[in-house]
Amino acid sequence: MISSAIIPQPLAKLPWRLIFLVAGVGTIGLLTLYSAAGGSAQPWAMKQGITFLFFLAVAVGMSWIRESTIKAATFPVYVAILIMLIIVEMVGFVGKGAQRWIDLGFIRLQPSEFMKPAIALVLARFYDLLPAGDIRRWRAIWPAALLIGVPWALILVQPDLGTATMVLLGGVTVMFVAGVPLRVFLIPAGALALAVPVVYQFMHGYQRKRVDTFLNPESDPLGAGYHITQSKIAIGSGGIFGKGYLNGSQSHLDYLPEGHTDFAFATMVEEWGLFGGVLLILAFGAIIRWGMKVSAQARTRFGQLAAAGLTATIFFYVSINLMMVMGLAPVVGIPLPLISFGGSAVMTVMICLGLLMALERQQRTASRLD
Amino acid sequence: MKMDNARRFTSVHQTITFSRRMMLLGGAQATVGALLIGRLGWLSIAENEKYQLLSESNRVQLIVVPPRRGWIVDRRGKPIAINRSDFRVDIIPDQLEQPAATLPILRQLLNLSVDDYDRIVRELKDADGYRPVQVAENVPYEQYAAVTVRLPELPGVQPMRGFSRYYPAGPAVGHLVGYVGAASAAEYEKEKNPLLITPGFKIGKEGLEETLENRLRGQPGGQRVELTARGKLVRELEPKPDRSGRTVQLAIDADLQEFTARRLGEESGSCVILDCWTGDILAMVSMPAYDPNSFSDGIGRIEWKMLSDDHRQPLRNKVLNSLYPPGSTIKPMNSFALLQAGIDPTQRIHCPGGYGLGNRFFRCLGRHGSVDMRRAIAKSCNTYFYAMGHRVGYDPIAAVARQLGLGQKFDLPVVSQNYGTVPDSAWKAKKFEQNRRIVERPDWTASDTLNASIGQGFLIVNPLQLAVMAARIASGRDIQPQLLGVHNKPAPLIGFEPKHLEIVRGGMWEVVNGDGTAGASRLPLDGIQMSGKTGTAQVRRLSASASRGQGGDWKYRDHGLFVFFAPSDKPRYAGAVVIEHGMGGARAAAPVAKDALTFLFDRHKALASLAELEKQWGGTLAERNARRAAAVKAAAASASEGRA
Repeated sequence: MISSAIIPQPLAKLPWRLIFLVAGVGTIGLLTLYSAAGGSAQPWAMKQGITFLFFLAVAVGMSWIRESTIKAATFPVYVAILIMLIIVEMVGFVGKGAQRWIDLGFIRLQPSEFMKPAIALVLARFYDLLPAGDIRRWRAIWPAALLIGVPWALILVQPDLGTATMVLLGGVTVMFVAGVPLRVFLIPAGALALAVPVVYQFMHGYQRKRVDTFLNPESDPLGAGYHITQSKIAIGSGGIFGKGYLNGSQSHLDYLPEGHTDFAFATMVEEWGLFGGVLLILAFGAIIRWGMKVSAQARTRFGQLAAAGLTATIFFYVSINLMMVMGLAPVVGIPLPLISFGGSAVMTVMICLGLLMALERQQRTASRLD
Repeated sequence: MKMDNARRFTSVHQTITFSRRMMLLGGAQATVGALLIGRLGWLSIAENEKYQLLSESNRVQLIVVPPRRGWIVDRRGKPIAINRSDFRVDIIPDQLEQPAATLPILRQLLNLSVDDYDRIVRELKDADGYRPVQVAENVPYEQYAAVTVRLPELPGVQPMRGFSRYYPAGPAVGHLVGYVGAASAAEYEKEKNPLLITPGFKIGKEGLEETLENRLRGQPGGQRVELTARGKLVRELEPKPDRSGRTVQLAIDADLQEFTARRLGEESGSCVILDCWTGDILAMVSMPAYDPNSFSDGIGRIEWKMLSDDHRQPLRNKVLNSLYPPGSTIKPMNSFALLQAGIDPTQRIHCPGGYGLGNRFFRCLGRHGSVDMRRAIAKSCNTYFYAMGHRVGYDPIAAVARQLGLGQKFDLPVVSQNYGTVPDSAWKAKKFEQNRRIVERPDWTASDTLNASIGQGFLIVNPLQLAVMAARIASGRDIQPQLLGVHNKPAPLIGFEPKHLEIVRGGMWEVVNGDGTAGASRLPLDGIQMSGKTGTAQVRRLSASASRGQGGDWKYRDHGLFVFFAPSDKPRYAGAVVIEHGMGGARAAAPVAKDALTFLFDRHKALASLAELEKQWGGTLAERNARRAAAVKAAAASASEGRA
């Protein structure tokens, strides 16, 4: 919101602070991709820049969608995505291979990606419809569990553990802020914590090895632990101010695998150091804080819950990737949104941000009408 | 109304819950954010040094340039082991674009054998990136040039100049210096040094090359390069210079070593010559010997088999690892011990051709009549030493034998020494406990004394010990044999009674220059005389062979031994010669000593007489060695044909 006589009203009403933040993060991403390609806009930075600008425009465009429209579209869209997930599953089954997308010729649609914002919206809508008194009842839980469980299971068997986990976490977050009793979260969490050692005992050798590798990647530096070991070397060797732009040896000499996708953060920190890394984390923090504020200031229950859920999706996206890159979580294949090369993550995050901007606009227009 | 109230209440309740949970959620997110920043700080500050090191070792790789091995030179600086530049061809796997086209061309250009070709293909399959794989070494210049000319169509092939070890004297220094070879897998496992698996790099495998490895190896240099994870070269950084191995000077006189080796001819035997003042080993020869040059090039299976099947044992260093009964060569030492025990050297013993002990008769090799000590040494009269040994007992003699170096293990940079046995009563009692097959009763008997007195029985020694014994008698000094460096300071005197030494040396002078056993081996020089003592060691018991080891099967013939020093009046050189199955010290061993000493004083004379001998043997050592190598090659060729 910039108030100025010169700037036309519709433009001035855009949430400029957010747009600047997102553009700033996107710029860091493009610089990182430029460096990851050995100081070249090809093959990643240019393409990513176009994708980024396109989806930013889509997000800004989405900010004019009315809340009621979103509400009305939620269930049909959710069902449509579910059907697409099943189609993908069937195509994959027929084609005898893992497949995650539907090829429409000009674009490859990855339905699981759409499910990330959709799960937040559909649960927000569900709790919006649920009478307030029923929140502590059984019927507040099982439909939500079903709404989360079905897409979660479909994505998990693709197999895409990362996305499935994010859908689960996004949905559970909406349940949490909707006020579902704490024991519903604490009891399964406790059970899971207790089950882990038991499950570990029953695991096969190779499964155990994966867990061991996560806990101590140096135990297998050339095998499964290679990614995480090299990523930590890249980050740790950067020091406080990094090795300098375009001077990252880990990424430029290909020691760091996936340096332009999942491990783009390591590429960036190797060159920009702790300073650059903290700046990026703070920028993401500011975006998430903006989203949480949208949720806190929303006037409708749907607005509150949807905004919280969408923000949580962005939060999980960023934090799971960063934990993975820094050796705090197993390697599950989640890119860092707005930084990593690839359109899906940009699309998802921009959809989330577009919806958040729409909800935020509703707040302001609503307040004006009051 | 009631419903509305309830509803409004829950709505409010819901709002409170929502904002409380939002605070919790925000708090949790902030915590995760703080955790991430903390982790980032930990990695890039606390562990920065560790990861910087790892990143640097990722980035920079060293393409090892093997250091040149240090030379081995003799006491005058004459080279014994040097490096000869040769041509080699390697392949850099990463730059090899068309293996299917390149390898057959190389095979044809370099005339590679099927075995070599298979090895290259196998190694290329396992090779990673920039580490070269050896195609061939010691390539003739014509083939090297042929590869160089066609280089543009052979990407990844790297013809290079390398170095191979060269021993100018060939077999003459084989046992002394040993040889070099590529490190085995086990040796690499032990050291984990990438230098060891660099193509063309050789380590010492035997003899001085092995024991002096640390000094000779040097520091590898290398081209420091920045490589990608896949081994692709990005850029070259400043090179690290290599440091050649240090030159090691030996006490050996290379000319004398080579002459002695040639003089031993086709015999199976050994010769050691020491400087009897300082202990410097001037020559240490064991023949026949392998040619270390053929090991340096990588020895073939056929050649190895021929060497190990030869009953003259060219793979055994007979100076250090063969043990012999010393026979009569220890009689000067015995005399010395008798003098110390108080025996009067002028006292005479009558030799009727043997010595009766109880109902047994110990034979002498002749009937010497009445002999004193000097004559007993000169004539090698067993009876005298039987009688005198019996009188003083063997334990005091054994003590002197040890003092003179028998049974001693010397502090030398050699791979192994067999140091034999100087028996006495304590040794026998102990041995009886350990091995009753060798020792049948625990107490020392008079017949044990008699046997030991003539250098038979339990007494066994190696040729180096005999040489040290001769040197200590010659100089009266406590010399220690030295292989490394040139020493000028005489060793300290042992403190023997000079009169006793004089008497013993007199006996040894008589052996060669008087009416003794080695009269045929006087030095053909004016004013320089040699003193010595012959010995004949039985391979079988006397009674077992009618011919007394003087004929018949080569392997049952007696060993011929000789210990000596010269010049007789002012001893400077001392040594020992052992000719296996040479039938007698005077016949086989003493002439070798005579010629070797002649060489030290008058080269021309010695070389002239050697030329005569070599004519009989069918050429010089080098010629005979070349012939042997050709025979090996022919055998290998026919064997591989047979296989194909």
